[in-house]
Amino acid sequence: MKSADCPVCDGLVELDEKTVTGELIECRDYGTELEVVELDPPKVEEAPQEEEDWGQ
Amino acid sequence: MEKIRASIIGGSGYTGGELIRLLLFHPNVELCEITSESLVGKYIYKAHPNLRKSTNLKFSSLSEIENCDVLFLCMPHGQSQKSIETYKQKAGKIIDLAADFRLKDLAEYEKWYGHSNSNPTALSEFVYGIPELHRDEMKSSDFVSSAGCNATVSILSMYPFYKEGLVDTERTVIEVKVGTSEGGNKYSASSHHPERSGSLRSYMPLQHRHSAEIVQELSFDEKISVNFSATSVDMVRGVLATIHLFTNEKLNDKDVWKLYRKYYYDEPFIRIVKEREGIYRYPEPKLLIGSNYCDVGFAVDDTSNRIVLIGAIDNLMKGAAGQAVQAFNIINGLEETTGLTFPGFHPI
Repeated sequence: MKSADCPVCDGLVELDEKTVTGELIECRDYGTELEVVELDPPKVEEAPQEEEDWGQ
Repeated sequence: MEKIRASIIGGSGYTGGELIRLLLFHPNVELCEITSESLVGKYIYKAHPNLRKSTNLKFSSLSEIENCDVLFLCMPHGQSQKSIETYKQKAGKIIDLAADFRLKDLAEYEKWYGHSNSNPTALSEFVYGIPELHRDEMKSSDFVSSAGCNATVSILSMYPFYKEGLVDTERTVIEVKVGTSEGGNKYSASSHHPERSGSLRSYMPLQHRHSAEIVQELSFDEKISVNFSATSVDMVRGVLATIHLFTNEKLNDKDVWKLYRKYYYDEPFIRIVKEREGIYRYPEPKLLIGSNYCDVGFAVDDTSNRIVLIGAIDNLMKGAAGQAVQAFNIINGLEETTGLTFPGFHPI
């Protein structure tokens, strides 16, 4: 199984054989949504996320 | 496999009740006797109503206790040391859940508990009870002294940083928010409902005894100091520790992830909890109620060398009875997670 490193927490992110470029996957440790930007070798980048404001 | 015969001295309190619950459903344990001098002859469920129909055992007296394989001591601090030699005659293995044998330095014990330890020779026999730090020692020992609840969550949150020598050891600040069950089942004016309900009580801003355990366990090359405060909040179970730790070099998120993974990746009861989004982004004690997990999380301050560590446990489980059963499994050569796999509730 192919794998990449999470760019945020450095955890191992596994890609199954059907994964395609542009697909969104989740880091198991950090829960970050990641976009698969390359397949060979696998590379993922952090997908844009909505920020929450809990400071009200 | 023949079951291990276990008994509990002092089983009427909250920790005792939790220990009974765990041992009744432990596949390798025959729970033989549970003592309580104030409840002799009463069914266990009179003190622990959740155990109604789980057992027909009644509380017995200390004077009636028979020999067994493992004895759990759940008495108030200061009692175990007076009779430990008698208990050794009753069981080959002993797990003490009080503070009597936690501190290895006699002067420190006297300083924090206000009296000298009446059985100093036993101190060296007891292994400090956090399995993640002392697993190997436990495997070759028959005596374990379970750690304090606040100390447990604080130590586990910080241990990798101190072990690796990464901490500016004069500046650590620990603030724990604790549930009311930490105060035990004896009521007082301060626990009267109109006084207690809705309270957010700074009950020990200085001089909490668990500070001594933290210093003992995290002092490696030099004796450290910590600044510890405890606040009682309006919940029954749980501890949330917020720790301001200053490192002697700048660390980033990945560094801390790597550090925690190095020490805790294979630990069955420690989880790293840090998520970018969602409700439970950091450890939260209510999710741990009834479980033996210690959840640790962190946030790195980009503007300084401060890292905020967040740790959570159920004080009656990982902070007391669960930790004791984990140690019981280790000293008896059992799978460490036996009887401790309950994952908690959600929602709760």
